[in-house]
Amino acid sequence: MSESAITFKDVEKSFVKDNGSRQVILDKVNFSIPAGKTTVIAGGSGQGKSVTLKLVLALMRAESGQIMVAGDDITSIRGGKLKKLRTRFGVLFQGAALFDSMSVFDNVALPLRERTRKSEAEIKKLVLESLEQLELLGHEDKFPAQLSGGMKKRAGLARALQLKPEIMLFDEPTTGLDPVMTQEIYQLFARTQAQIGYTSIIVSHDIPKVFNLADQVIVLHNGNMDVFPSPEEIQWSQKTHIKEFVKTTMGEIYQSHLVE
Amino acid sequence: MRVNSVSRFGGTGISVVADLGRMGLYLLQMIQGCFRMPFRFSEFMRQMSFIGVGSLAVIFFTAASTGMVLGLQGYYSLHKFGADGMLGSAVSLTLIMELGPVLTALMVTGRAGSAMCAELGIMRISEQIDALDCMAIDPFRYLISPKLLAALISVPLLTVLFDVVGIAGGYVAGVHLMGVNPGSYIEGMRSSVTNHDILLGTVKSFVFALLIVWICTGRGYLVHQIKGAGFGARSVSTVTTQAVVLSSISVLIFDYLLTAILL
Repeated sequence: MSESAITFKDVEKSFVKDNGSRQVILDKVNFSIPAGKTTVIAGGSGQGKSVTLKLVLALMRAESGQIMVAGDDITSIRGGKLKKLRTRFGVLFQGAALFDSMSVFDNVALPLRERTRKSEAEIKKLVLESLEQLELLGHEDKFPAQLSGGMKKRAGLARALQLKPEIMLFDEPTTGLDPVMTQEIYQLFARTQAQIGYTSIIVSHDIPKVFNLADQVIVLHNGNMDVFPSPEEIQWSQKTHIKEFVKTTMGEIYQSHLVE
Repeated sequence: MRVNSVSRFGGTGISVVADLGRMGLYLLQMIQGCFRMPFRFSEFMRQMSFIGVGSLAVIFFTAASTGMVLGLQGYYSLHKFGADGMLGSAVSLTLIMELGPVLTALMVTGRAGSAMCAELGIMRISEQIDALDCMAIDPFRYLISPKLLAALISVPLLTVLFDVVGIAGGYVAGVHLMGVNPGSYIEGMRSSVTNHDILLGTVKSFVFALLIVWICTGRGYLVHQIKGAGFGARSVSTVTTQAVVLSSISVLIFDYLLTAILL
């Protein structure tokens, strides 16, 4: 059993709808994200996949329960301690969240300029190396609005990886990309994870393709979580909603082929 | 039916109080952000250029027309009592104590405040502010404090420009068009305007600058938490309108309060 990077203990989260009723997103869920591995969080729209990521980052707060990251409960810390804990994370947002008034170079250089004391020459070297690795060299002076969807994701990934995060969070990383680009992005994830050794959490609709990256799969359904130690094991579940999920997303038989 | 009305009324009350609380906390964080290092000097200069230099033309034309209208209106009223010589005093005091700070603040709200609100709103809905948080970069230090400090310097300077151009406009209308004695215009101004009057106008312009940046950036920054603002592009347009209206009304309310307290 590998060590846990993140542990959810009895985490509850709900939203109040416009009509005053309460919608439960997470209902006292418990699970662990193994360190150095890839966990895929799947489930239908509105089941709380992105909310789970935001809880991990403390961009949203849980109503009760604990989310343990490196021995700290991220639900209860604030200020400088939270800031320090966040330095362990890298995030690739659904829309890449690049700063649209900055060039690709400045976007990727931002964490180095703001969070390290490196000289501008060192920063330039690191950024250009990373842009070359992600096949963005020659596009460094462009602005995000001038990039394709795939290029934006790669630039977002380059920015997120600059400070060598321990935990990478990917929110719908392949939404809006064609199948070839999707495959390229997945290969990129596998390659960078092998290099840096980060723990990876991927929230995705892209099933079953994303399972090729997964060591563990979590399926969200009506506020509950079903944890599977491998994508194949989902198929043997006897739960009705999982059977339905498998049938609509993966077909009858599925075998993962881990992306090299 | 009655229960529904009470429940709706209560719900609105709670959301207004929550909104005020959020804006109060935002004000504190915004001020704290100004003391966090490293300070973004280049962004501060860009904001000085945007808020200050970019507003020069609009301030110049508003001040010139306001001053000229004051010159004509003042002459019309004072002439009835044979007090043409008081025109310089009336124009300068009105501009320095009231119209200069207020109209400058309203112009800056319309030109720069709306832009600040929309910029931050778009950054919020496109997760750019979340991205800053995740990179452990303080959004208040990085995004808001350069705007606040630039406004605190630019708005009083623009107000001074407004006063000077307005007084000159009043001079042109009163002296050159209506035939008021130039010496009495200047002497009237010199004898009636005191340091206290100038201080009142300056204090007002500082407070208005703080109000504009607080309300305009706050509405944009908190766009995702404002009940009834909607989602996406519509939420940004709604909060931008709200920001301009709230900011303008607050300027007028605080103008009265500051005059009542400091006069």
